[in-house]
Amino acid sequence: MSNKVFVSGNEAVAIGVKLAKPNVIAAYPITPQTIVVERLAEMVERQELNAEYMYVESEHSALSAVMGASVLGARTFTATSSQGLLYMAEVMHYASGGRVPLVMMNANRSLALPWSIFGDQRDSLAMLDSGWIQVYVEDAQESLDMIIQSYALAEHKEVLTPVMVNLDGFVLTHTYEAIEVPEEEQVDKFLPSFELKGKMDLENPKNLFFSSSPADNIRFKVQQHQAIENSRKIIEKLDKQYGEITGRSYGGLAIGYRTEDADTLLVTLGSITGQVKDVVDVLRLQGEKVGVVKIRFMRPFPEKEILELCSNAAVIGVLEKDISFGYHGTVYTNVADALKNTNKKIFNFIGGLGGKNISQQDIKKIFRRLKNIDKDTSTVNFIGLEV
Amino acid sequence: MLNKLDKKEYFYGHKGCGGCGGSLAVRLALKVLGKNTFVVLPAGCMSAVGFVYPQLCFGVNALISPFASTAAMLSGIRAAANSLNIENCNVVGFAGDGGTADIGLQALSGAIDRGDKIIYICYDNEAYMNTGVQQSSLTPYGARTTTTPPGEHIHGSRNNKKDMFEIVAAHHIKYAATASIGNIPDYIRKVEKAKNTNGTSYIHIAAPCPTGWGIDSSETIDIAREAIECGLWYLAEYEDGKYKLNKDVKEFTSVRAHLKRQGRFKHLTDKDIEKIERQRDKHIKFIKERYI
Repeated sequence: MSNKVFVSGNEAVAIGVKLAKPNVIAAYPITPQTIVVERLAEMVERQELNAEYMYVESEHSALSAVMGASVLGARTFTATSSQGLLYMAEVMHYASGGRVPLVMMNANRSLALPWSIFGDQRDSLAMLDSGWIQVYVEDAQESLDMIIQSYALAEHKEVLTPVMVNLDGFVLTHTYEAIEVPEEEQVDKFLPSFELKGKMDLENPKNLFFSSSPADNIRFKVQQHQAIENSRKIIEKLDKQYGEITGRSYGGLAIGYRTEDADTLLVTLGSITGQVKDVVDVLRLQGEKVGVVKIRFMRPFPEKEILELCSNAAVIGVLEKDISFGYHGTVYTNVADALKNTNKKIFNFIGGLGGKNISQQDIKKIFRRLKNIDKDTSTVNFIGLEV
Repeated sequence: MLNKLDKKEYFYGHKGCGGCGGSLAVRLALKVLGKNTFVVLPAGCMSAVGFVYPQLCFGVNALISPFASTAAMLSGIRAAANSLNIENCNVVGFAGDGGTADIGLQALSGAIDRGDKIIYICYDNEAYMNTGVQQSSLTPYGARTTTTPPGEHIHGSRNNKKDMFEIVAAHHIKYAATASIGNIPDYIRKVEKAKNTNGTSYIHIAAPCPTGWGIDSSETIDIAREAIECGLWYLAEYEDGKYKLNKDVKEFTSVRAHLKRQGRFKHLTDKDIEKIERQRDKHIKFIKERYI
């Protein structure tokens, strides 16, 4: 049965969260995340959602609070963006090291200075090493569906790792789209209530989040790494199950669009993918063999998938909205490493910083440059700077 | 009153120093609160001495929180207990003076603001003891720490102890109290009161640290008691919007003798001691006007 609604990306997240039936919600408002927490508060007010809604005084406290709630066996939700995410940075390592299965939405937004409320992906990519699973979605429908899938993933007994769902600020958080809302019974079937083995329990007390000596520390870190490695196959499995129940699935860690015979590929992350696909369709009509590789998960990183999807292409561009100052874009660094044993030419295109629009014209130019690569083309190319 | 305490120990086998006031505050509070208790500790002495895997020293559920967010994690636990219908449980945090008055103040303020049913106990040993005795905002004037060396220019702490009890009371908290390891029956009564408070409660307990204070490990309780008798510490409560002084000391013992017993104050001059006496008189006058 279809239940279509016309909502923004933020609202799609809120609907996904409601369907996941969290016990505790704690969040601090920050643009462009705010609509998520506003909608959830309204749902609690209308008693559509039976959750404890905590009014916290900071992002640091929001994440700390949901950590405490989670180890009692509560399903939780929090959301943030930009400076708020960085303010949580310390707690993010606590949560992943403590193996707390949290789900958090991040509205991708630029970082100060210069102050900017607009979207790029420097915030979440700066937190790539925090031990969280990171997924980037393309549209409002995927936002809703990935929120639900993320709970199943975070809480999976072989994973027990927090998951961050990333939506591009404004472009996705504030744009309205028609989406299909799954039935409550469908979600319940996919996502049973949260049962945390080893939770804090009055009958069987636990001491958690402890210190460890140098002798033991690496063992815990290896287990943490292994848990994220485990998630590779579980992500695909869950997506398939979700697809069987709702009729919508997204594939694994990365997916290709018109990649089979493409000689030139552009690798993307997040909402820009849709626009690149449109450009690919246009260029295909002109006989150009171009395609897109959409990275869905930055952690675990889809090394194997990228190798496979890029196997027939000679030239690959990585288009991203971030930079690791003094080096490349972070996505490029990861993709280049995945392709290090191939003889493919790989180039980095950085744009959209501080919310600057990446136009179809810009994307066409990128493909044109990839088609006409010469010795002078530098590894890092900033787009949209032409007057 | 002591007979009412739980015979079981909930904090034992830890690596605290001999004569540690903080560990005594934790141990006694848990004997009042009993087995149905969730404990949160930030970075600090008690998490350092009690939580080294695999030697975990709490007999009740216990967690280490990020340094700044003891109170936020307590709030989260309470929210989960409410949501999951875990009834008749206590949610208590034990944070040191730095974890409370400095880095943890924001989260504490937020929790009191929400009125969450949690107990926050600050064991005040008057410096960052776990990291090797550095000044916190609760280090008293004149005290020697490793960041306030007693030389010609810095001459010990220039800080005036932040008044946490007043800060907490200004939030119109449900229940707040000062306490001291030098008066254990009073402390136990206050923990009991906090346990039965339907809202946020805060207890600020003076907990001497032999290592940081430069006293013998046998002197912890005596020096804490003496601090009350010479007027440098006081026992009070804030309840139903009203202040109450629990013990009105009519005649103070010597501040000089109290300070000179402690290695951290050895360098103080007569002028310094006179200044501390003046500060005491001013504070006691303020307390008496406000609390009696």
